[in-house]
Amino acid sequence: MTQPVSKNSILAGMTGRALVIAGLVVIVAACLPMVLSSYQVGLATEVLIFGVLAMSIDILAGFAGRTSLGHGAIFGVSTYVVVYATGQAGLSLWTGFALGVLAATAVASVFALLAVRTSGVYFLLLTLALGMIVWGVCLRWTQVTGGENGMRADVRPAILMSHSAFYWAVLTGAVIVSFAMWRFVRSPFGLTLRGIRDSESRMRSLGYNVPLHLFIGFTVSGIFAGVAGGLYAMFNNFVSPSTVALAQSVEGVLMMIAGGVGTLFGAFVGAAAIIVLENIVSSYTERWLMVLGITFVLIMIFAPEGIIGKLRAITSRKAR
Amino acid sequence: MSEPILTLSDVTVAFDALKAVDGVSLTVPRGQRRAIIGPNGAGKTTLFNAIAGAHPPTSGKIRFNGHDVSRLPPHRRAQLGISRTFQITNLFPTLSVQDNMMLALRGLKPKKFSLFGSPDPDDNEAVRIAAALNAARIAGRAEIIVKEMSYGEQRQLEIAIALVTTPTMLLLDEPAAGLSPSERSMIAEVIRSLDPAITVILIEHDMDLALGLVDYVTCMFEGRVLVEEPPEGIRRNAKVREVYLGKPRHA
Ligand SMILES: Nc1ncnc2c1ncn2[C@@H]1O[C@H](COP(=O)(O)OP(=O)(O)OP(=O)(O)O)[C@@H](O)[C@H]1O
Ligand SMILES: [Mg+2]
Repeated sequence: MTQPVSKNSILAGMTGRALVIAGLVVIVAACLPMVLSSYQVGLATEVLIFGVLAMSIDILAGFAGRTSLGHGAIFGVSTYVVVYATGQAGLSLWTGFALGVLAATAVASVFALLAVRTSGVYFLLLTLALGMIVWGVCLRWTQVTGGENGMRADVRPAILMSHSAFYWAVLTGAVIVSFAMWRFVRSPFGLTLRGIRDSESRMRSLGYNVPLHLFIGFTVSGIFAGVAGGLYAMFNNFVSPSTVALAQSVEGVLMMIAGGVGTLFGAFVGAAAIIVLENIVSSYTERWLMVLGITFVLIMIFAPEGIIGKLRAITSRKAR
Repeated sequence: MSEPILTLSDVTVAFDALKAVDGVSLTVPRGQRRAIIGPNGAGKTTLFNAIAGAHPPTSGKIRFNGHDVSRLPPHRRAQLGISRTFQITNLFPTLSVQDNMMLALRGLKPKKFSLFGSPDPDDNEAVRIAAALNAARIAGRAEIIVKEMSYGEQRQLEIAIALVTTPTMLLLDEPAAGLSPSERSMIAEVIRSLDPAITVILIEHDMDLALGLVDYVTCMFEGRVLVEEPPEGIRRNAKVREVYLGKPRHA
């Protein structure tokens, strides 16, 4: 049996083996720029950014039992604000990034206020509709957002210009927020989200204000989506309504499902699978969305528990 | 005489045209063991839902421990000391017993808002969880996932969860329903050894089980209180026999 490393450290409860695996994964990820082409390093950067987005969706879907179709919009609001702040407004990257995350958090809390009293398909549809409103605003508010044409800005500072340097910066950021999300879902508060997923009526009878907990959970998840959106602004130096569009939310959800709902880190595996697939497919056909749909159906049929979930099931079967 | 812990005045719960609870008035003194009996559909569970807040009364007043709780949401009533179990097992099936107990324990504590804190119980929590599991006779099962427990153990966990919050009043809705005779007598033992300071209201179909555990019995029928008396008299009560056994046929 693996023993917890230490009861009181910030790694509380992480087994020695899990720590070693996490360390190895980060080391391998850090070495990737030495073996990949610069184009591939760009893809790997994208995987990290969208992995963080998918993880933020998993906080709600996998732990609170609520799948949001509005997280693409929350993510994109941060991208918009960072591009606008560093471009049009001429602010520093740090300030712009902070404002971006703040804006995403604010939007998430508004979504949360409206959505926390719903669940199931109603939650899905309500978050979808709220995301569409954000998309509509970004499209129509031409003076600020640039409308359909979007906005360009040199968001990324000079030292992060090379593909590998930026990749390492994003990797560092991804490791930090992944760790934070891992702590969050395992915290006493994270446990209350899992309790709500399993039985809302029991939670209420135990003294929990269920909507309040969902509100906090949604808002915190929005902070992480905002971080991903800010990184995406640095990656792209450009933002347009497609960044806040429904397709963005759907892609995030599909990455989360492909990796495995409730596996948290599976989000990176799902993001890698979808982004690699997108790049292979796009050299053959224009119909990426159709391929995405078919992929989704295949996943639901053959591995509804996701890639990581499937692997876990197989290894635990072997262990028996 | 101290004020009764629970007073219901003319409580009605209506589902559209159906009055599941129809003008019930009831007084429960502090520390009493009370049974609520009655045939299927008498409104017993609905009455619990009205008291615990899961389904607030359509009309009438509920006072608990000096507070008017008639309109409070369930989590506020839990904060005042009302704890309950469910007739249909209502646990957190994908979580471990330990996590179920932790959720129960922290429902009334600010620690539930610790966003990045350690998941482990502190020493005080560990002691209280162990004591409640012990009282429900499932000590040593803390690590198991709830959905992998037997039905009987899940019923015991129902009680442990309701107990660990150190409630002032405990509402038990058919805690022994669906259990084998030996499991039933074990549940009876658990109830009998509860802290005498806790007021306990017990819904139970099985008279043999219920009457051995309580000081006073309320029999409900068609949403109304039919009879209230001590357990000794209830078996011989003609009205109770009638609703339980059907109208006596004339020979
Ligand atoms: N949520 C609801 N909506 C509509 N009708 C309901 C609802 N809950 C209960 N009822 C009805 O109210 C009546 C009383 O139900 P209740 O569950 O309170 O009975 P009970 O005394 O607990 O019965 P049992 O012994 O079978 O548990 C029944 O006729 C039931 O069908
Ligand atoms: Mg009932």
